Amino acid sequence: MAKFLDLATAVAEMVHDGDVLALEGFTHLIPFAAGHEIIRQKRRDLTLVRMTPDLIYDQMIGMGCASKLVFSWGGNPGVGSTHRIRDAVENQWPRPLALEEHSHAAMANAYEAGAANLPFAMLRGYIGVDLPKVNPQIRKITCPYTGEELATVPAIRPDVGVIHALRADREGNVLLEGITGCQKEVVLASKRTIVTVEEIVDDLRAPSPNSVILPSWTIGAVVAVPGGAHPSYAHGYYTRDNSYYIAWDKISRERETFLAWMEENVMNKGPDAFAVHAGRRAAS
Amino acid sequence: MSLSYSPNEMMTVAAARALRNEDVCFVGIGAPSAACNLARMTHAPQITLIYESGTIATKPNVLPLSIGDGELCDTALTTVPVPEMFRYWLQGGRMTVGFLGGAQIDRFANLNTTVVGDYHKPKVRLPGGGGAPEIATNCHEIFIIMAMGKRAFVDKLPFITSMGHGPTGRERRALGVKSKGPTRLITDLCLFEPDPETQEMTVVSIHPGVTREQIIENCGWTPSFAAHVVETRAPDAKELEVLRDIQARTKAAHGG
Repeated sequence: MAKFLDLATAVAEMVHDGDVLALEGFTHLIPFAAGHEIIRQKRRDLTLVRMTPDLIYDQMIGMGCASKLVFSWGGNPGVGSTHRIRDAVENQWPRPLALEEHSHAAMANAYEAGAANLPFAMLRGYIGVDLPKVNPQIRKITCPYTGEELATVPAIRPDVGVIHALRADREGNVLLEGITGCQKEVVLASKRTIVTVEEIVDDLRAPSPNSVILPSWTIGAVVAVPGGAHPSYAHGYYTRDNSYYIAWDKISRERETFLAWMEENVMNKGPDAFAVHAGRRAAS
Repeated sequence: MSLSYSPNEMMTVAAARALRNEDVCFVGIGAPSAACNLARMTHAPQITLIYESGTIATKPNVLPLSIGDGELCDTALTTVPVPEMFRYWLQGGRMTVGFLGGAQIDRFANLNTTVVGDYHKPKVRLPGGGGAPEIATNCHEIFIIMAMGKRAFVDKLPFITSMGHGPTGRERRALGVKSKGPTRLITDLCLFEPDPETQEMTVVSIHPGVTREQIIENCGWTPSFAAHVVETRAPDAKELEVLRDIQARTKAAHGG
């Protein structure tokens, strides 16, 4: 059964230096509050896995938490570059960052293989492109039935999977809806899991039996952090803060403005700071 | 009376016209997204637009900043998980068109969005491939929208992120890929289509007021022109009105 913890305790217990970590959420429900807590606790040498590193990994990499990034699209969506990731790759600041680069299809398949307890994923992909030349993890297999050659990538099995969901009930069962990305796969593929939620309720009131629900016994810790996905969003609670994503371009371009912003908004704050972004759930 | 419009508006309108009402289109973010929604709001109201965040048959009223804005989910027929999107819907062969942009393109419509310079010691690190490597081979055909310029239209790509017709135009067929690949390249100056023999992207239509010299000056290779090059029809009043309305709504919605 999931334990109910506060965020600092959950991160202290579950996230260790050198871990392979996946904070997922495809544009929606990105666990920013959990990422900020990991930065505050100064974790080091993490391998960070995410399809779209987004601003949360730009912040974690810029603050020196990671030695490796596994990803498939590393920009600020609709805005431009993730400058801190670029600075780490191009100038090794604040420390060198190894890259393991995939396509979205390969990573989505690799999470699914992890959840299914398979050693690798298979896809009709990477045809005629250069990525397999620079990523030796991308290999090939021949179909034993048709002879077709298909691409393979290793399953992703993180030490810790971290997601933000909409709500949990008092037993720790968790619900998410809207754009659900690959969060179910990440939780089921990971050895340990932290799920932050907008609220803890008596009854999940799932809109339908087919809603994405993760049973309490698949989750390590449930942490209530209202607003904890901001500037990403929580379907039915609050919308994506697109102006933050646009403003981040300028904040993150220079090391000094980035460090000053992180000091003021992350290092000197706690998870409660996210509450101002929390919206009240629309009546259902 | 002739209307005034920008080269970018001409490009977006021309791209929208390439789409058909019956298309099922995998939409890239940015310029492709503007063109696809313009098509939906003008001549192709029943087009199925799909974004890689899992939203199927979405009808956004403002253009999304990201590939997964809530607007896409709120206005979709259904939203599926991301692994399902790539496995059942893209790899399953259900998309008639993939609409892509890119940072760099070559004469055979291969695209680079990964890196400039050496991969391990990059001069410029770009975002990477995202969905594009598999979109490029699993959709029935590919449309590409890109503004011309010598840094974007290059003689040789430093990195192939997604395959067009291959480095010499022959590799796509040789690798046994059954889908057509890039059939249209829509730019701010002209329209390209692949030559039926060589697969080289060839100018088939020039936008009003643009000269052949301008196209040559803004291309990193010596572009080929088809035997019969036509003039692109200028945007009409309705197309411009709808496009400008979406962009005004989008700007107001995103702030910043």
